[in-house]
Amino acid sequence: MNKIILIAQREFLTRVMKRTFLLSTILLPLIIFGFYALMIYFSINGEDAIKVAVSDKAAILKGALKSDEDVSFTIVKDTTTAQLKQLLTSKQYDAYLVLPPVNTPTEKMQIVSDKKIGIASRQRIENRVNRVLEESRLQTSLNVTTSQLDSLQQEVELEYSTIKGEKESDIGAIASNIIGYISGFLIYIVLFIYGSMVMRGVMEEKVNRIAEVVVSSVRPFQLMMGKIIGIGSVGLIQFIIWFVLVFGLQLLLPLFFPQLGEQMQQQAAAGPGMMPGGSVAASSDAISKLAEIKNSINIPLVLGAFIFYFLGGYLLYASLFAAVGSAVNEDPQDAQSLLLPITMPIIFGIVIMTKAVSDPNSGIAVFGSLFPLTSPIVMMGRIAHGVGDTGIPVWQLITSMALLIGGFIGTTWLAGKIYRVGILMYGKKPTWKELMKWAFKKV
Amino acid sequence: MSTILALQGLKKYYQTHKAVDDISFSIEQGSIFGLLGPNGAGKTTLLRMITGIFYPDEGQVLFNGQPFNAMEHIRQIGYMPEERGLYKKMKIGEQVLYLAQLRGLSKAEATQRVKYWFEKLDMATWWNKKVEDLSKGMSQKLQFVTTVMHNPQLIILDEPFSGLDPVNANLIKDQIFELAKGGSTIIFSTHRMEQVEEICDQIVLVNLGKKILDGTVQQVRTDFKENIFELNYEGQLLPEMVATYLFQVKASKEGSLTLQKDAGTSNNELLQYFMQKGLTITGFTEVLPSLNDIFIRLVKDTHSISRNFA
Repeated sequence: MNKIILIAQREFLTRVMKRTFLLSTILLPLIIFGFYALMIYFSINGEDAIKVAVSDKAAILKGALKSDEDVSFTIVKDTTTAQLKQLLTSKQYDAYLVLPPVNTPTEKMQIVSDKKIGIASRQRIENRVNRVLEESRLQTSLNVTTSQLDSLQQEVELEYSTIKGEKESDIGAIASNIIGYISGFLIYIVLFIYGSMVMRGVMEEKVNRIAEVVVSSVRPFQLMMGKIIGIGSVGLIQFIIWFVLVFGLQLLLPLFFPQLGEQMQQQAAAGPGMMPGGSVAASSDAISKLAEIKNSINIPLVLGAFIFYFLGGYLLYASLFAAVGSAVNEDPQDAQSLLLPITMPIIFGIVIMTKAVSDPNSGIAVFGSLFPLTSPIVMMGRIAHGVGDTGIPVWQLITSMALLIGGFIGTTWLAGKIYRVGILMYGKKPTWKELMKWAFKKV
Repeated sequence: MSTILALQGLKKYYQTHKAVDDISFSIEQGSIFGLLGPNGAGKTTLLRMITGIFYPDEGQVLFNGQPFNAMEHIRQIGYMPEERGLYKKMKIGEQVLYLAQLRGLSKAEATQRVKYWFEKLDMATWWNKKVEDLSKGMSQKLQFVTTVMHNPQLIILDEPFSGLDPVNANLIKDQIFELAKGGSTIIFSTHRMEQVEEICDQIVLVNLGKKILDGTVQQVRTDFKENIFELNYEGQLLPEMVATYLFQVKASKEGSLTLQKDAGTSNNELLQYFMQKGLTITGFTEVLPSLNDIFIRLVKDTHSISRNFA
């Protein structure tokens, strides 16, 4: 046991002390966050404010075009093209818009600018012009006011609940779908990344003939377990750091962008129909939605299950990856063909998971979340829906966990046998049939 | 002297052939033991069974009189395999400490032992280097240190001199003698006979999975002597002098004659013959066969043994 810890320690330290580990662990979330921040930055301060001169001969707009800090509209008296151009060249305005002299224009309108106008600004200008036109059409031809239209278009929400009286909102269901997808997918990635890290480590030891030196002082099984535990700890630490960094930085966002809150309110306020007092309603709505997500998903349960299935799935597959690594020599191509039977169930897991997310209690989902080779992925897809009366029956969760523990003990035992023969065997690449012989023969 | 290691009827069969087929021998404590055999004879398999890496199919290994138990006895053994390697990217000092700890030393003990050996073999400056910076010979030396630093009772060296220059080979050889004097037992596996003659007390020759020779170096050479003598003389050797039934000439050069005595001829008869011919004898010594000759002869002879399952 002592020796396993010693080996795990070395595996852990040599990987964590590497520059690439620091880069990928700390820099990656920072880069993701940086992109994120940059995107937000541009969406807020995307383009310079644009001043548009509006030539409205027929007075269709009646001065109803709203201006704000991004786009400001000014009705100008000048009407001839030459005069309008003069306004641009004298830098008084960035663009001019010519409205046709008819009451309900349907043709294209001309907007001429000094420099090209960015996409976001074009959108804003178009939206505002069209909204004013819409209002005026409603008013003139149908005699309907906007507030009347709003009350017409108001939607009634449906509230879903089960017979046992538990409510689940749409947003909660969507959120648990998304969380199910993401966590199932993360487990899938974990299995591949850290599994192949174990495999490469084993291959390296075999190719460099270190294994032979080491197994003369420790049992091959200790060497294998030490490696698996060491790399598993690397993975766990890496995930925890990613998690903390991503969430920590997320919380810092409002500090960097104090405008962000205002922006959201403005966008809500500018929603269709422009409800009076819309901004207040929208922001309180967003907050209540967040609270709803929080209520509908048992976050500690999901996190706990994630860690359990992360470790269980990793331990189950890592020993199989180690067995393959021990069987092959220098050529990574050899490993590819031996890996197929290992990667198949992982991929099946992903396929079943996509189904389980939307239909967590279907037969295939239940099977997939109990079968230890697929359960780490599939169960994560189901677990966001909760455990207990409305979600997964408790017995299924317990059975799945017990089977996973049994499964990893089984694969580790099997792989240990293959490993102890493979690690000292050079020459031709063995087939799976031969590997099975190694596993069940006493050596 | 007590027996440190005894192999009793060890067998190890692979799928296609018998790697080790019923081998028994024992090794005295403090001796330097040579395990010889051509490539593929089963030496490595035998050593792996002694170190507990493989279990024998049949037979047992006794270590200090007790059945070998890997967990218990592994600390008493230092094994330097023929196929050896080290972590290329790890610092040498850390690496050696790590291997010492794997062999069961505490960290403090390990540090002390490693410092001692590095000092002794002029390696003190290597501590912060990496293995990839070392030449093949240097890493060989390092490997030797990792094998012996935990003061094992039994040291097993598989081809320890391959890749070493004569200076370093001598350095290691001296260490081997010193360790043996200190009471360690050394098993030395090789197919390089001249080293064996120089170093080993006792040898076992295996070929095709079977033991074909067992004894002390001197004993083996005497057993295989072929009545070959070297005669040094002064005077004129005429061609008709060697035309006799007493001996056959194997080689001759100015003042020296190598001859194979006929079975019935005694040494005195031979000498009298030459004295009567008027030669002055200045030297007469028996030439024992080298281990190399014996090795080649035996290995050729055993080619008829079938290793496959009938």
